[in-house]
Amino acid sequence: MIVDMQPEFIVGEYKETTQHFFNGCSRKVFYTEIETPYPDGKLIVSTTSPEGIINHVNKAFVEMSGYTEEELLGAPHNILRHPDMPAVAFKDLWDTILRGEKWQGIVKNLRKDGGYYWVKATVIPNVRAGKVVGYTSVRRKPSRTKVEACIQLYPTLF
Amino acid sequence: MSYLFTVSPDFAPDRLSGWYIFNTWLQKNTFEAIHLELFNNYNKLHDAIGAGKVDLIYANPFDTASLVRNYGFLPLVKPEGLSDEALIAIRADSDTTDVTELIPGTRIALTNDPDVKMIGMMMLEPSDLDAGSIETIPSENYVLVAKHLLRSEAEAGIFLAEAYDNLSALIKNQLKVLVRSQISVIHHALMIGPNFQHKREEILALLTTMHECEKGMGVLNSLGFKGWQKIEDEEMEFMIDLMDTLNTDIL
Ligand SMILES: Cc1cc2nc3c(=O)[nH]c(=O)nc-3n(C[C@H](O)[C@H](O)[C@H](O)COP(=O)(O)O)c2cc1C
Repeated sequence: MIVDMQPEFIVGEYKETTQHFFNGCSRKVFYTEIETPYPDGKLIVSTTSPEGIINHVNKAFVEMSGYTEEELLGAPHNILRHPDMPAVAFKDLWDTILRGEKWQGIVKNLRKDGGYYWVKATVIPNVRAGKVVGYTSVRRKPSRTKVEACIQLYPTLF
Repeated sequence: MSYLFTVSPDFAPDRLSGWYIFNTWLQKNTFEAIHLELFNNYNKLHDAIGAGKVDLIYANPFDTASLVRNYGFLPLVKPEGLSDEALIAIRADSDTTDVTELIPGTRIALTNDPDVKMIGMMMLEPSDLDAGSIETIPSENYVLVAKHLLRSEAEAGIFLAEAYDNLSALIKNQLKVLVRSQISVIHHALMIGPNFQHKREEILALLTTMHECEKGMGVLNSLGFKGWQKIEDEEMEFMIDLMDTLNTDIL
């Protein structure tokens, strides 16, 4: 389940907004301008059920998100959704993976402490015996020029 | 009829005799005739796989997807605690301190190990470098990658992390690591083909216990392994998915 963010976990000066998710749920989020740099040489990996509920995360995921593994497992993946990310990006993500294809994009993710980190994400369907049993996402360090381009582009997509 | 066993051509040259020793051990303990054939390059290997000739293979992570999905191979084991990691190194006296300082046109020495190249190229991405914007210096092995750096024929080199760690101190002292991967889930796998799969459980039991006796331990030593660890089917599928996600637009 997804719950409101807690102000006591936020580090630094923050803004507040309410996010409305695709499934009709909403959540109060607090976010700061503090960026956590993507760690060199690491991959952030998670897998989800066909509905996007997280069922596996690696250590790098836990470290970068700021949540504990227990908080992440069973949560929907929009627990990381940053208010600066346009909804069309995620619509494109889901349209693509539902067609059985691989999706790739630059994503700004929200940390539990209100900060953020940029990733280059690839999401693919996991097919077992001809059936999609879930999705895997692998994130790696994005190029700074691609991030700068998204910083310019994303606000125009709202 | 004998079964055919082969090893991904990226094995370390000093392990050559180790693989022959392992094959002898395997034949003795399975009471099967198994012929070890080593192919010089990936093309020859893939031809043999395509012709259905291979029954047992110590495979590069790159080949595992098609072995499982196109040729019906199943995983057996991986070397305990070993994963495929790569690193990017430069000359120790270079002014460069961060991988993002590497610029288009940089000469990068590398071998043709596909997974090491993939991980290395991934670590160059944050610098906006890709196959089109670097000059690659193909090298037979990692010692030669190091030599290209020392002779200033390349500014950076992509190494299998394990191979770099095993370079002599004399060489390593003249180099420095810019970035080292910490992926931990990409690894080689010993896999069994359709014609040999009736022996899967038996071979699995042999391999996962071979470190328990002195004889088996000696054979493992000659390969540089501590032991073999069972790979669950889902773990293999997960690695294949991971390779699929990564193997997009890099090479
Ligand atoms: C495997 C997988 C990984 C995902 N990773 C992220 C992520 O890192 N950050 C994110 O905001 N959304 C991610 N999503 C998308 C979310 O499921 C969700 O669509 C998004 O956060 C927008 O929320 P909404 O669709 O509920 O409006 C991922 C989806 C899948 C299937």
